Amino acid sequence: MSKRHVSAIVNGDAVEFLTDPGMTLLDALRDELELTGSKEGCGSGDCGACSVVVDGRLVCSCLMLAAEAEGRRIETIEGMAQASDLHPLQRKFLEHAALQCGFCTPGILVASKALLDANPDPTETEVRYWLAGNLCRCTGYDKIIRAVMDAAAEMRQARVVA
Amino acid sequence: MAHVIAPSDCRQFTGGVTEFDIEADTVRRLTAELERRYPGLGAWLDRRMAVAIDGEIHQDAWTSPLTPASEVYFIPKIGGG
Amino acid sequence: MTDTLERPDVKPDLKVVGTRPIRPDGAEKVTGRAQFGADFNMPGQLVGKVLRSPHAHARIVSIDAKKARALPGVKAVVTGADFPNLADEFHEGGEAASNLRDLAMNVMARDKALYDGHAVAAVAATSTAIADEALALIKVTYEVLPHVIEVEAAMAPDAPVLHAHMYTEGLEERPTLPSNIARRNRIARGDLDAGFAAAEVVVQDRYVTQAVHQGYIEPHACVASWAADGQCNVWSSSQGQFMVRTYCAKVLGLEMSNIRVTPAEIGGGFGGKTTVYLEPLALALSRQSGHPVKMVMNREEVFRATGPTSGAVMYVKLGAKKDGTIVAADVELKYQAGAFAGSPVGAGSMTALACYDIPNFAITGWDVVSNCPKVAAYRAPGAPIAAFAVESAVDELARKLDMDPIALREKNGVKNGVKASYGPTFNAIGYLETLAAIKTCPQYAMPLGPNQGRGVAVGFWFNVGGESTAAVNIGEDGSAVVVTGNPDIGGSRASMAIMAAEVLGVPVEQVRPMVADTASIGFSMLTGGSRTTFATGMAVVQAAEKVVAQLKRRAAVIWDVAPDQVEWANGAAVCRDPAKSTGKTLTLEGLAAQSARTGGPISAQVSLNAQGAGPGFGVHVCDVEIDPETGHVTVLRYTAAQDVGRAIHPSYVEGQVQGGVAQGVGWALNEEYIFDRDGKMENAGFLDYRVPVASDLPMIDAILVEVPNPRHPFGAKGVGEVPIVPPLAAVANAVRAAIGVRMTTLPLSPPKIRAALDAKAG
Repeated sequence: MSKRHVSAIVNGDAVEFLTDPGMTLLDALRDELELTGSKEGCGSGDCGACSVVVDGRLVCSCLMLAAEAEGRRIETIEGMAQASDLHPLQRKFLEHAALQCGFCTPGILVASKALLDANPDPTETEVRYWLAGNLCRCTGYDKIIRAVMDAAAEMRQARVVA
Repeated sequence: MAHVIAPSDCRQFTGGVTEFDIEADTVRRLTAELERRYPGLGAWLDRRMAVAIDGEIHQDAWTSPLTPASEVYFIPKIGGG
Repeated sequence: MTDTLERPDVKPDLKVVGTRPIRPDGAEKVTGRAQFGADFNMPGQLVGKVLRSPHAHARIVSIDAKKARALPGVKAVVTGADFPNLADEFHEGGEAASNLRDLAMNVMARDKALYDGHAVAAVAATSTAIADEALALIKVTYEVLPHVIEVEAAMAPDAPVLHAHMYTEGLEERPTLPSNIARRNRIARGDLDAGFAAAEVVVQDRYVTQAVHQGYIEPHACVASWAADGQCNVWSSSQGQFMVRTYCAKVLGLEMSNIRVTPAEIGGGFGGKTTVYLEPLALALSRQSGHPVKMVMNREEVFRATGPTSGAVMYVKLGAKKDGTIVAADVELKYQAGAFAGSPVGAGSMTALACYDIPNFAITGWDVVSNCPKVAAYRAPGAPIAAFAVESAVDELARKLDMDPIALREKNGVKNGVKASYGPTFNAIGYLETLAAIKTCPQYAMPLGPNQGRGVAVGFWFNVGGESTAAVNIGEDGSAVVVTGNPDIGGSRASMAIMAAEVLGVPVEQVRPMVADTASIGFSMLTGGSRTTFATGMAVVQAAEKVVAQLKRRAAVIWDVAPDQVEWANGAAVCRDPAKSTGKTLTLEGLAAQSARTGGPISAQVSLNAQGAGPGFGVHVCDVEIDPETGHVTVLRYTAAQDVGRAIHPSYVEGQVQGGVAQGVGWALNEEYIFDRDGKMENAGFLDYRVPVASDLPMIDAILVEVPNPRHPFGAKGVGEVPIVPPLAAVANAVRAAIGVRMTTLPLSPPKIRAALDAKAG
């Protein structure tokens, strides 16, 4: 099987890589681009640990072929902080102790950012249903939901001030 | 004399006794005395059992001190998740 | 009797303990940089894959790997023949005993495959695709044998026997025939018959739970490298790097000093990563191929081949006086062990009645093997299962007596000075305080609507101490590094830094905790049993105290005063010698800068075997609403109170409680291993094995009841196990209240609730 050449924008930078036709985007990110922040918990789109944003849309990167990334803009956890400044969601996750083992955290952060980008003022129920595709086995979700709500409030405040 | 209670499985060594009064000031000396009285028992307790001294669980605790009034309870070792 | 009050006082005036600093490993974990098991790679590494038995029970007649070996890119193939046959040897090591012979045969089957998913061969190849192709080329000839899964079926006299050498232990007489019953244990007190004869109210029922998985989101993963001189390196995600070293050495017949295990960040374990599956295989493949080998399980493998906890069948009979005094209890527990002996029925038996002061009782436990994966520890192993049965029965008793469920538990609850059901006498426990916390919590007084119900349940866990090592090293600038040998599974680095900062008297940010590999720190038992903050924390505190003693001596040298004229306060030495100027200070930074001249580097290491971990109690209240149309159960509200000793970092203690509750709710409502007629797991994925998601749960209120543990310098005790014990029954009791029917078989899935509602309607 010959490999295919893929060009894409990942976290704002142009990247190129070679992929087997059957390779998932998740494997390409992890193994070809060495972006191991996206995790594989199930490989079947059930756990959300591999969540990334492709052209503005939240997807499980384990369900997308790497070849389909051609020409697309991909955002991963590695692109969330601006230089050394953590994104408000990242800061709030730390302040609220919204992670224990931290394995699901990158996917939940990416999914939460996608939510707040689309809906800056979600209700608790909206946060819970939006994140229903991201499994966390450690926290019982309580502190995660609080962190997302708090980050949303802070980001709304920042917008008002700006 | 520390009052010692061992699980019913210890009968294989004692012929039926499961409670003992032993003069000993450490767990090590206590199991050594039990081994002297009932060959095999001290070694078995050492290997397979934890010990609760006055309600507190000690594991692999030869040096844990005993007083004459201590209640010494041998119980299965506890692991955990 | 030793008097609790004679013990050194728990330090009362705390500055850092009890605060909520940002965890030291937090930034790495929210930016995706933290390296988990599958994130590590070695130059030239191969991909290792496992061939697993498709049969629940089969004799392995032959394995022909010639074609697989001949495939270009395949560098190694191993089978059971490549591993030494071990004799029965119980590895105690302070953990629950595990038979190394069984462990080795679970890692790689020898003459029989004992469950669907049991490893029968492994390959290493230059790519995943080639490794997969190689697996398909290995020809295994099986003689399929009859299998048995369910525990009571496995106990039946005509059941297919898994192990011809297994004769039930713990019976009055050794049986004449082998069976699947590995062991019977029995705890009894008083006169059971007299107790029930005196009882005025009796409840009894049969309860069933299914095998459930720990469900950590990170699959098992490792990289192993066997160098030409026999020195090995293993990087893996586990609950204990020293555990991995011990087991690899035993399974492969190696010296421990030749194996260095570096712990990756661990993506959840909950007990399931207290053993090895891949590491010995990766080492064997690396030895044969001469390359490093990386192995990562997929989710299906995690479900099929790694530790669930037991499914069980239980019988509980309780007798009480009309005033609510429980006078007799008869409990029988039958637990699946999986393919090899060693279910947590022993701990289930010891915890079953541990919250109650009952004069006459008998608890009988049966440890039973059957053709499902060997169970692994799962958070308070054995206790939630037994508590489901006992707490359901106590709830029924409260109904029959028309008593408040908390009042009934208060009336029969254990307190200091009471002999625990498992033997010893309780002291320094906070059970009644924990019951009181729920009785007065807002949720307990909230009105309920139609189709809603409220359930209460309690739970107990021993907590353990054990062997730990910690080092505290002071840098030349006065900052501190704390080194331990325990993987940080839920924020323990934060609690280690807090405890060291408290002793040193410095801000917590001045202390950096790290988790070292097996060559860089002394032996430490694994992270489990809720022992790390207690036992490893004790080692950290003692090492920090040694450092403070050194710092005081250094200051005495500098000031030319007697060492006892120096105090340590707020991160600085204070001179108390009236002959020199009293009150002058030397900071940690100042002392560190002069360390070369006062005796060299400032550091201390402490290894200990921590004793006296205090037991913990949890009291939970759960409100549910049932949808009568679908049978779906919604958890509306949940409050969990627990005596936690003293919370070192309250946020992570709350997190332990909330996480335990969520897992327990999943166990109660959704989770179960489902096997088809051939004994294959039918739901080996997160789609069909449904763990709770964010929209399934409400906020979970955690009430931390602080009754300091006198055996820990800051009063800490283990907190991680207790919170999973009560939820199974708390949910079931709430469902009982909502629908008026006692559900005795978990999970309480919609079809079961619907069936119960239909049966009730007649």
